[in-house]
Amino acid sequence: MARLPKLQTQFIPILATLATFLLLGLMGSLRYTGFLSPGVFLNLVDDNAFLGIAAIGMTFVILSGGIDLSVGSVIGLTSIVSATLVEKHHVPPGVVIPLVLALGTLLGAGMGALIRFFELAPFLVTLAGMFLARGIALMISLESIQLTNPFYQAVSAFRVPLGGALGLPANGLVFLGVLGFGIYLASYTRFGRNTYALGGSDSSALLMGLPVGRTKIGVYALSGFCSALAGVVYTFYTSSGNASAAGGLELDAIAAVVIGGTLLSGGSGYILGTWLGVLILGMIQTAISFENTLSSWWTKIIIGGLLFAFIVIQRSVIRPSSKTA
Amino acid sequence: MKNSGRKGSSFSSVSLSPLLWPLVALGLILLFNFIFTAGFFQVRLQDGHLYGSVVDILTRSSPVMLLSLGMTLVIATGGVDLSVGAITAIAGAIAAVSLQSSGLTGSGGVALPLAIALPLLASIACGLWNGFLVAFLGVQPIVATLVLMVAGRGIAQLITHGQIISISNSAYHFIGGGYFLGFPFSVTLVIGVLAVVIGFSRKTAMGLFIEAVGNNPVASRYAGVNTVGVKLLVYAVSGLCAGLAGLVISSDISAADVNNSGLYLELDAILAVVIGGTVLSGGRFQLMGSIIGALIIQALATTINTRGVPVQLTLVIKAMVVLAVCLLQSPSFRARFRQSTKPRLPRITGAEGVTLKAQSDSGPSGSGGL
Repeated sequence: MARLPKLQTQFIPILATLATFLLLGLMGSLRYTGFLSPGVFLNLVDDNAFLGIAAIGMTFVILSGGIDLSVGSVIGLTSIVSATLVEKHHVPPGVVIPLVLALGTLLGAGMGALIRFFELAPFLVTLAGMFLARGIALMISLESIQLTNPFYQAVSAFRVPLGGALGLPANGLVFLGVLGFGIYLASYTRFGRNTYALGGSDSSALLMGLPVGRTKIGVYALSGFCSALAGVVYTFYTSSGNASAAGGLELDAIAAVVIGGTLLSGGSGYILGTWLGVLILGMIQTAISFENTLSSWWTKIIIGGLLFAFIVIQRSVIRPSSKTA
Repeated sequence: MKNSGRKGSSFSSVSLSPLLWPLVALGLILLFNFIFTAGFFQVRLQDGHLYGSVVDILTRSSPVMLLSLGMTLVIATGGVDLSVGAITAIAGAIAAVSLQSSGLTGSGGVALPLAIALPLLASIACGLWNGFLVAFLGVQPIVATLVLMVAGRGIAQLITHGQIISISNSAYHFIGGGYFLGFPFSVTLVIGVLAVVIGFSRKTAMGLFIEAVGNNPVASRYAGVNTVGVKLLVYAVSGLCAGLAGLVISSDISAADVNNSGLYLELDAILAVVIGGTVLSGGRFQLMGSIIGALIIQALATTINTRGVPVQLTLVIKAMVVLAVCLLQSPSFRARFRQSTKPRLPRITGAEGVTLKAQSDSGPSGSGGL
């Protein structure tokens, strides 16, 4: 690996992701008719929209060298808060959606501030955030609340016509929007560069005079925002609010980020890779549902196997100097 | 011990036992119940068995206590084991399938000792797999154990074919539901494991090696500590503890419920370890502290149950406990209080360069209490 030029080494994980994606697609389309039809692909984007949006937020956190365990709970919290406000208190959705997005951002920023000011372990702080968000969500309502508001119905039914019977649902549109914004933010803004620098080395970034503290709070706020947006998308997707929604989704999000080629030690990875990672997870699920004889638990085992494969790829790519870190 | 003196002294100039704060917390919860919950401390003897809220706390926290013992050693080496919840499911599944009449042997199932040994061996194998990833491949522990956390429950479902398998063996039920000298056997099991782990880590040099690896893996390798071996060992022990917890859980409900066995229990175990005074970055550990931590978590939950407060509140309270413990352990949070006479704001909210100063300040003042 040492003989490869540096630029190429850096791209190995994401190329492996792309290869996995293409291979899965090829295998799927050889085995099942209609596996790679545009309709199935659009479903893939739509079904995994909330996971994808949360995973893009998670990518920033992981790029900065941290981790966010609260994403699943924040999705549950925003979905139940939205549903309660809209259905029980008749607050217009135009008010509710910005409100829950602000709530998620604030929660994320709060966790970021604790991590930054008191130098706490991100794992523990976001674990507390996970308990807190899920606890509050369950205290609001234990039962799922059906959304009958016309706005939510309209968004659920909305499709961007793509010719013929095909259409991109609103959720897929939001997912693609977040993807574009994430790529822009990571690669073309100062915040993005700072995030990479922070993940590469916290203390070097500090000595270089980069705004380490602000960036750290920023990535958690961004992840909180993405999770809240994922929660909103979840309410569109299911037309309901559910406090126990997206339980354990943080694991899928982390898995998508790792399979997407981002180093878990931070500092290296691509938003586009996470997008591919989410689609790979979705494709595995689709393949298993196409294959009637395979049971659902194979999904977990295959995802675990993929995780292992990507960890091994990452280890062989990482320069020896950073191994001790 | 050097470490115990230092931990206590960072709270005040008096050298306090590191177990003091966890004990105070547990004491406060029990005191609250003593005053406000009638009959909380009543323990009655019925059919030669002990019953009561206190016994209940002990019994119910035994899986987390078992997990937290292994987790303490893993965290002491600077790692973490997220897979323990999934390993409990695997262990329970293997035990149930091997006891099933149509299970492994085809007729009558295997003998009970084998049905206990098989899942434990599998758990050790799971632990060794984690250890292999961490020690040989140098993978970050969170990621390395994430593999088994995700795949493990799938493997358990594969073993049971996704069904809840009930266990009718009455001898097996003894592990989680039986009584030994009037005492719940699961608690006896915890005490036994605790004694073995304490003896093994504190009466031999092993504990020192574990702390050395957690403090500085490179330095301890140069000093001749077999870091790879130590890491393999702690993950194997953690796997074994998870296997035992899996036996207790499946025996308690007389079934292997792979979807729910040990679900989120890894988080409770980590929480118990952190509450008990073992710092997540590793380097030193408190086995008794972790046991007390597990008791605190269960005592809180039981208190909330008996007071008729909605169960959902447990999660919120847990969140508060995690934050409080984190803040109490944070050097910069302590530094703020110790030097509260000085103006606070410029130290933290000023330019980024000031943080360096704050960090270097807290170092000497932390060790100054020695």
